[in-house]
Amino acid sequence: MTQEAVTANTAAPIPRGRKQPAKKLPSKQLLGIAGIIGFLLLWELVPRVGIVEPRFLPPASEVIAALITDFGLTAFWVAVGETMLAWAIGLVMAIVLAVVLGFIIGSSMFLRKFTNSTVEFLRPIPSVALIPLAVLLFGVKIESTLMLVVYASFWQVFIQVLYGVADVDNVAMQTAKSYGLGAMARVRHVVFPTALPYLMTGIRLAASVALILAITAELVIGSPGLGREIALAQSGGAISGMYALVLATGLIGVVINLVMRFIERKTLSWHSSIRSEVIV
Amino acid sequence: MRFLKTLGYVLALPLILVAIWWASTLGETNFFVPTPALLAEAFAETWFGERIVSDVLPSIGRLVVGVVSAIIIGIVAGLLIGSIKWLRDLTEPVLEFFRAIPPPVLVPVLMLLMGITDGMKVAVIISGCVWPVLLNTIEGVRAIDGVLSDSAHTYGIHGWARVKYLVLPSAGPQIMAGIRQCLSIGLILMVISEMFASSSGLGFTIVQFQRSFAIPEMWSGIVVLGLIGVALSFIFQWTERRVLRWYHGLREVENAV
Repeated sequence: MTQEAVTANTAAPIPRGRKQPAKKLPSKQLLGIAGIIGFLLLWELVPRVGIVEPRFLPPASEVIAALITDFGLTAFWVAVGETMLAWAIGLVMAIVLAVVLGFIIGSSMFLRKFTNSTVEFLRPIPSVALIPLAVLLFGVKIESTLMLVVYASFWQVFIQVLYGVADVDNVAMQTAKSYGLGAMARVRHVVFPTALPYLMTGIRLAASVALILAITAELVIGSPGLGREIALAQSGGAISGMYALVLATGLIGVVINLVMRFIERKTLSWHSSIRSEVIV
Repeated sequence: MRFLKTLGYVLALPLILVAIWWASTLGETNFFVPTPALLAEAFAETWFGERIVSDVLPSIGRLVVGVVSAIIIGIVAGLLIGSIKWLRDLTEPVLEFFRAIPPPVLVPVLMLLMGITDGMKVAVIISGCVWPVLLNTIEGVRAIDGVLSDSAHTYGIHGWARVKYLVLPSAGPQIMAGIRQCLSIGLILMVISEMFASSSGLGFTIVQFQRSFAIPEMWSGIVVLGLIGVALSFIFQWTERRVLRWYHGLREVENAV
């Protein structure tokens, strides 16, 4: 697992590293690895020396061993699968809903003004406030998780799409009109490319929010998934097991971040924000 | 006249929605969906009494302490890590990992380490809120304009003056973006830490209502959380406009050109 953590983590700064001269790269990565090793050593020492009781904070080696054992268990992968399923379905539903509504509302000044106060009121409502409602409506099932995930990640994407659609260049729009592009063609060739960078940022944010909410719902409501396993491990006194699961959620978070960054770079390879990063 | 028009835009949709809600619950007696009147009554009865002192204020207190500490820790550590390159390289992977851990997962961990106390709830809030502020501050400090930085250097601006006149203003927009994220995470964590392990507070009360099937009261609790969220977002917007007044002014000028 150390190996995996190291590779997963050092992969993150690479795109930024390209800005710097190539010869500086190794030392940067070495320092990063040193940071991880230092952190693990610290974690190993704190309980061993007795600053915190090992009963409450087991040393790193124990937790990592527990995580490796987890990797061999079907139950662990089933829980991961359940969490990722809720994450993926919720995220896709939120994105579809937000894109459709965002483009419709964003393209009309009237609708934007008309919905503004309602959006500003609904958006800050923390999705965890819906937990009691979800429990009443769906009980301890995946639907409860989905409801929270969709509500939370919808706003991230929706607001970004609104900003994106509002950002359309007036001259480009007028040009498209005078060239006789129809409404659909204008959306396809003018509005969509302008909004795409915003949309991708929204999706990236929504992806991590969706993971947070998926695991929260499982933790608090007890719907199936990694979150419930963590709550069970904690109440059952399997402390190293609990820390191992926490590490696992962190690894999933890192992987999601990396994948989202990658998708963003691929879809926006034509956009100046990405191009400049690669060329310089 | 313009004022009336704006007011119309602000109020129209909420009024329509409430009217639909009212009309659809009029003839029915659905157990899960209270009528607006019933909800308003439950709201007034539940929250305008001793509950404000016993549940709402302590929750808000923990939230404020947690968020403010997280902001201070995040900015100070961010300034430090952002301005020292080797420290940044050293800590970056570890920080990225910590940020990737969903914060609610830390509730059981901290419960174990600290017991079920107010300190644990504040620690939960800090441990989740600090990352967006910290990482945004680091990014903001890193992205300081090179020419500005060199000029400050040439004019012999060092130490605290450099932080106050160069670093904080140029990282300001980024830091504020981090704080905005931190507020909503803080509210979520406040509720979760109370739902999970507490005998008082908003989260606890709402779950209590839900378990005892006091549906209108439960809905009113959700409304309270919504109102706190809205209030936080207004306070933030107001503060941001003041703190970043120069920045928004600059943007307006740039956009006008």
